[in-house]
This record gives sequence, structure tokens and C-alpha cells, in this order.
Amino acid sequence: MDTQTILAGIAAIVNEVTGAPVDSVQPDKAFMDDLDVDSLSMVEIVYACEDKFGVSIPDDAAKDLVTVGDAVAFIQGAAPVPAAA
Amino acid sequence: MTDIVITGLGAITPLGDDVPSTWRAMLAGASGVRPIEAAWAADLPVRFAAQVVLDAPARLGRVAARRMDKVTQVAMVALHEAWADAGLAAGDVADPDRTGVVLGTGIAGLETTLAAWDTLREQGTRRVSPLTVPMLMANAPAAQVGLAIGARACVRTAVAACASSNDALAMALDELRLGRADVVVAGGAEACILPFTMASFAQMQALSTRNDEPERASRPFDTERDGFVLGEGAALLVLETLAHATSRGARIYGTLAGAGLSADSHDIVQPDPSGDGQRLALQRAMADAGVSPRDIVHVNAHATSTPAGDMAEARAITAALGGESDHVIVTAPKSQTGHLLGAAGALEALATVLALRDRVVPPTINLDHPEPTLGLDVATTARPLPPAGPLAAVSNSFGFGGHNVTLVFTDQHRTDGR
Repeated sequence: MDTQTILAGIAAIVNEVTGAPVDSVQPDKAFMDDLDVDSLSMVEIVYACEDKFGVSIPDDAAKDLVTVGDAVAFIQGAAPVPAAA
Repeated sequence: MTDIVITGLGAITPLGDDVPSTWRAMLAGASGVRPIEAAWAADLPVRFAAQVVLDAPARLGRVAARRMDKVTQVAMVALHEAWADAGLAAGDVADPDRTGVVLGTGIAGLETTLAAWDTLREQGTRRVSPLTVPMLMANAPAAQVGLAIGARACVRTAVAACASSNDALAMALDELRLGRADVVVAGGAEACILPFTMASFAQMQALSTRNDEPERASRPFDTERDGFVLGEGAALLVLETLAHATSRGARIYGTLAGAGLSADSHDIVQPDPSGDGQRLALQRAMADAGVSPRDIVHVNAHATSTPAGDMAEARAITAALGGESDHVIVTAPKSQTGHLLGAAGALEALATVLALRDRVVPPTINLDHPEPTLGLDVATTARPLPPAGPLAAVSNSFGFGGHNVTLVFTDQHRTDGR
């Protein structure tokens, strides 16, 4: 999946969860410090990314996702989870 | 002791989206009871309720609404109206350190609980929303209301089944009288019209089963009553010390003059049929308010339309007022609103305040065949209160568990002329 598609997908999720404008969700922005994402919303965003992109984001990897760019890179590099039967 | 006055009202009820529409509907004798249109109701023994239609994203914002159970959403809608009505929405009027919140709820965020349970079973633990606990917890309505107004004096929750919001109002009265706060937002919220709740209350034989005539199902004090009608909604009152209200030139609706509490210590759900525990609450409330039975002109009854409960309350009112009940006009608003459980007391407190303001008692509907031994003057049309002189009224709430809480309201200090 290309970077722009993943970025747009994350932006839509962040907008849904926090109301932050889609345009504000850029790779250099930190979820908590720049986008007003609180800890519970971050958990929601991680799980929504798992569903949307078909990847697994373990909890210890999730805590290293500081910026939007971190999340894009992780999702790009993650092995897809086989679709449930 | 310092006087505690009411300076703001807010509500969303089966009768209206706000206080003016709810009060107009009450005076007109409307019914908020309707068939439940949702498919889940089809197989239930009771298929009607007094529901609130709420477009929460439109009223509260999409992001805020999705982080709240409906019980908190209705509380927030009522808060916005009450806070603005009190003239406090402009900000910097109430000191956060001297502002408190006390709300009641009986059932809390059950829709969230049930949805999370479904998710857990169907999709596994990792799909359970991290918002589940802050949405379902019983103190969520009070906590969100407190966050919205920046309250730092106290944020408390009363849980006493159907007496919850009268308990909350009594707690708020204490906070203000003890000098811990200048302003307290008090009331209650409930929103649990769900298959789980309808089935559970129906299994207790507590609900009316009049499926063919929902609007006629809630009929307190009538010989053909067969149970209560589940309702939902929220009502909030802004309470203030008289000194604080006066110093900021607030419009004053009236006074919360006293509260009386008791417990039946009789049964987990059945009221003591003698009404003796309820009598105690009534007498303690009048004593706390410094009024005597002859001062009382109006009783807003708890009367839920259950066979046992209504007559126990009638006995309690008669006993507490002694020979003075002849000039008292009683009404049973659940005939129109259904039973809002933990929000019922607050809605009825609000109705009592407006009855004293407008000097009119709203009607009890569906009272076609009053109990022959009722012994109370129940209004079946809107009835005027004495045109002059001070007015005092009581409002009762009783809950499963034997909780009895009676409040006394007067029109003392009222500033809004009518």
C-alpha cells in the first residue's frame, strides 16, 4: 500500500475519533502533542488501523507510534494478517 | 441556615426537547408514551415506553457524542439548557472551586455495557472499546457535566434506584448548606429503554402490559392500573445559595426549602404497604424546611401506577399531612411521562417548581376510576393554586431498596413575575 493511501486512511480515522481536521493529520505531527489525541483515543486509533489496513499492531509496537509518520511506516512494513474465514 | 434557591432549569423528556415544551405538554395533559418501533420490541411482553428522541451528534457534536452513553448525552443536553437558563453560560460567573455537581441515575450506561459484551463475545477482547468504562460507569453523567462547567467543589453521584435524583437534590442541598459550594448543578439522567431492561422489569411484573393502548397504560391511583411505563430523559436544576444568586442578580424560580430521607427496611422491591417509611420522609422534609402540613398546597406524587406502590404512598401522604390534606392538590406526572427511574425525581422537582411559579398544578391523566379509598384530591385537569400568599409543595421519590426521599419547595425569594 502506498504512503498516501495509508496517510489518508489514518487521517480519516483520527478525524472520526477526535474531530481533528483531515488536513491536519500530516506525517510530522505527533498524535498526542500535536493532534490532541488522548491515551484512550490512541488505543481506538490503533485498533481502527488494524481493521482498516489488515495488519496487527502489538501493544508494545503501538506505544512507539509517536507521530503519524511512525504509524505510516509501521503499517507499510507490517505483514498483512490473513483475512478471517 | 442559609436559603438555597433555584436559578436554572434544563430538561429533555418524553414530552419535549426542553423545559418550556415539556411544561406546556404537562399542562395540556399530553402523553409521552408510544409503541417502541424498533424491531427488538416485537417479541417482548411489553412493547411501549416513554422514549426520548435525541440527535446527539447534532445537539452535542459528533466527537463528544460518540464518547458518551445516551444516559450522559441526555444529561449534557439538559445541562446546556439549565446552565444558560441560570445565566452562567457566559463564563467567569461561577467560581469553579465553589461550583459542584450532584446527579442521580438508577441504571447508568447500560447500552454501552451490553454493546461491549456483544463485542467481547463476537469479536474478542481486542475489539472492546477503550471508552467502555468511562461510558458505562454510574458517575459518567456527573463527571461529564462537571468537566463541561469546570466544577471543582464536588462532583458526586447518587444511586438509589427510582429515588436517585431526589437523593442527588438532597445531597446538593447539603453541599450548599454546609458551605462547600455556592452553585451546584443537581438532578438526574436515565436512558435504558433496551430489550434487556424491558425484559427484566417485565419479569418482575412491574410494567404495565397495556400494549393495545400505550398512552392509557400509565394510570396512577386508578383501579385499572397494572404497572409502570418505562421512560427516559434528564432534568437538571441549578441550585445556588441565596447570597450568591442575589449578588449576581440572578433570576430566582423559588426555594428548595428542605429534604427528608428515610428507608422502609421492609423488602428489596416492595414498598411497606402501610406507607410508614414514606410518611417519615415526608414529615422529616417538612420539619427540615420549617413548614407545617397546613402550609402545603401541592403534592407531586411518586405514584408510578403499580398496584402496591400508589396506595402505600396515598396512606403516607394522608398520615403525614394529618387533617390538612383537604386543601392539597396532588398530581402524578408519571401518568404523562412514564417512569424516568433515576431522573424521575429531578423532572418532578422541576415540575413542582414551575407549578409554584405559575400557580397551577398539571393534570394526572388516565385517572378514570380513582381508588375508592384514595382520600386524596388528585388533579385530573390543570388546577389553579391559591392566587395569593406563600406557596409550599412536596415532591416524593421512592426507590427499589426502600429508599424514600421527599423534597419541599416554596416560592420564597421568587423573582420572575408572572
